[in-house]
Amino acid sequence: MEPRVVIVGAGPAGTRCAQVLVSYGIRPLVIDENNRDGGQIYRRQPSGFTRGYSQLYGTEASKAKALHECFDSLLDHIDYWPETCVWGISGKTLYASCKGEHREVEFDRLILCTGATDRLLPVKGWHHAGTFSLGGAQIALKAQAVSIGHCVVFMGTGPLLYLVAAQYVKAGAKVAAVLDTSALSQRLKALPMMLARPMVMLTGLQLMWRLWRARVPIHTGIRPDEIQGDQTSGVCAVSWFDSAGRYQRLACDAVGVGYHLRPETQLADLAKCAFGFERETGQWVMQLDDDYRTSRPNVYAAGDCARVRGADAAEAAGRLMATSVLSDLGFAIDAEFVLQQRILLKALDRFRMGLAQAFPWPADHAAQLPNEAIVCRCECITAGDLRAVVRERHACEANRAKAFSRVGMGRCQGRYCAEAGAQIIASAAHVPVETVGRLRGQAPVRPLQVSPATEASKESVK
Amino acid sequence: MTGRFKRLAEHARPQITIQIDGQHVEVLQGDTLMVAILSHTNSLRESEFDKGSRAGFCLMGACQDCWIWTTDGERLRACSTIVREGLSLITRSPEAAWNLV
Repeated sequence: MEPRVVIVGAGPAGTRCAQVLVSYGIRPLVIDENNRDGGQIYRRQPSGFTRGYSQLYGTEASKAKALHECFDSLLDHIDYWPETCVWGISGKTLYASCKGEHREVEFDRLILCTGATDRLLPVKGWHHAGTFSLGGAQIALKAQAVSIGHCVVFMGTGPLLYLVAAQYVKAGAKVAAVLDTSALSQRLKALPMMLARPMVMLTGLQLMWRLWRARVPIHTGIRPDEIQGDQTSGVCAVSWFDSAGRYQRLACDAVGVGYHLRPETQLADLAKCAFGFERETGQWVMQLDDDYRTSRPNVYAAGDCARVRGADAAEAAGRLMATSVLSDLGFAIDAEFVLQQRILLKALDRFRMGLAQAFPWPADHAAQLPNEAIVCRCECITAGDLRAVVRERHACEANRAKAFSRVGMGRCQGRYCAEAGAQIIASAAHVPVETVGRLRGQAPVRPLQVSPATEASKESVK
Repeated sequence: MTGRFKRLAEHARPQITIQIDGQHVEVLQGDTLMVAILSHTNSLRESEFDKGSRAGFCLMGACQDCWIWTTDGERLRACSTIVREGLSLITRSPEAAWNLV
């Protein structure tokens, strides 16, 4: 009987993995939460939209087109479930929900290509309407041709900060400023590692040039102070301390915030994959072998959910991961092909470490958030509330602090507050952040509608 | 108030009519509910935990900040649901509020 191979996610990693599997005669099931393939980076606009590839994807247009064409060509050779959310895993069964319909799928091999979401650091006032994640601001433009506001400030750090700001300028949106928490000196120090990808560096410089030419003020080495606004009309200004420590304020009606990306690992958690703390990025990452096997037998992971390295690496890792699935299934693999992908990924990993150095996660900003700042924007729980459970109930571990404070228990299930929460706990408890641990993923990984008559439709892959 | 979002391109799509809190408004085919609503007004819903209004956050289905409702009581994620003719949406929760002190 043919093994049942299930891929979760249809971005660059999922698509390239499916392509290699199909070339060996395997028919995978691809489950995608989006309504079309492409993932976030190469997200396809809805039908009826007319902007071309170069307008949508800029320097990455040919890659986006190639990936979409690849997926289209696979459609007859895979089973594809769009708009379907895998929300639970038990043993070798996946639990999914498709437009309110419950589905269960048995798998022999599970391939996680679940991507990344924005890495966020709370700032006082980030709960005001008009504050969006950087990735969200980019999706508004890419998938819907709108700007998140009439006068937008972008704040945080990382390559996406400059990319999104430049894309907004190019599309005709008003960008009031770019506020970067990392300093130029940090970028210079990271230069040798960043040179692992000279063309990407060049693209980055072009983005900065576009912003300078459009007279968008860029402030580096800043410390965010507050997203100012009120409960009815939302955001009205951003304030910060500049690199010389002076207070600054700028009126705006929308803010895009982000500090690079964080892997989406809830399903890996439910599959009981092991994680390790990575000091360079300050993040917990899945333990993987060289060819993207997780610590659990029959479970594989690649793309940004495994290591945040962007789309090029996701494509290469997707291909490489497919070869390890195939070799575990007893197929003979072209050793040269495997070697090529490994070499390519080594350079991309060096660049990833360069980015971590150039645009560091400002852990101290989280630790020093004022007590009145909201950490959990879902349920309006403040830094002071979280510090209180550390102080009064000795909750020095992430899951325990969550149970007492509810930070991480709201609608987003900790996606946007857990990392800063851990920093706050660590600093209040005077322990290193890795000893605070990480929030365990819980099923359902997305809130589900509870319907009284849900007869499970058991699907199996041919 | 004018809309929170500003349309920058793709204006030529056919218009369709929906209702937002009882008001008939023109939106464009292919709009997400979030764009349809936020191109007319400044928020999607009220927070259950304070008196503030909310307008979504991540736009990729991860934060769940953008749940809105139809007049039939159906709950929809505004960032990832495409608008359809005749839809009647409400931005105030029909569900009982809890935990508000």
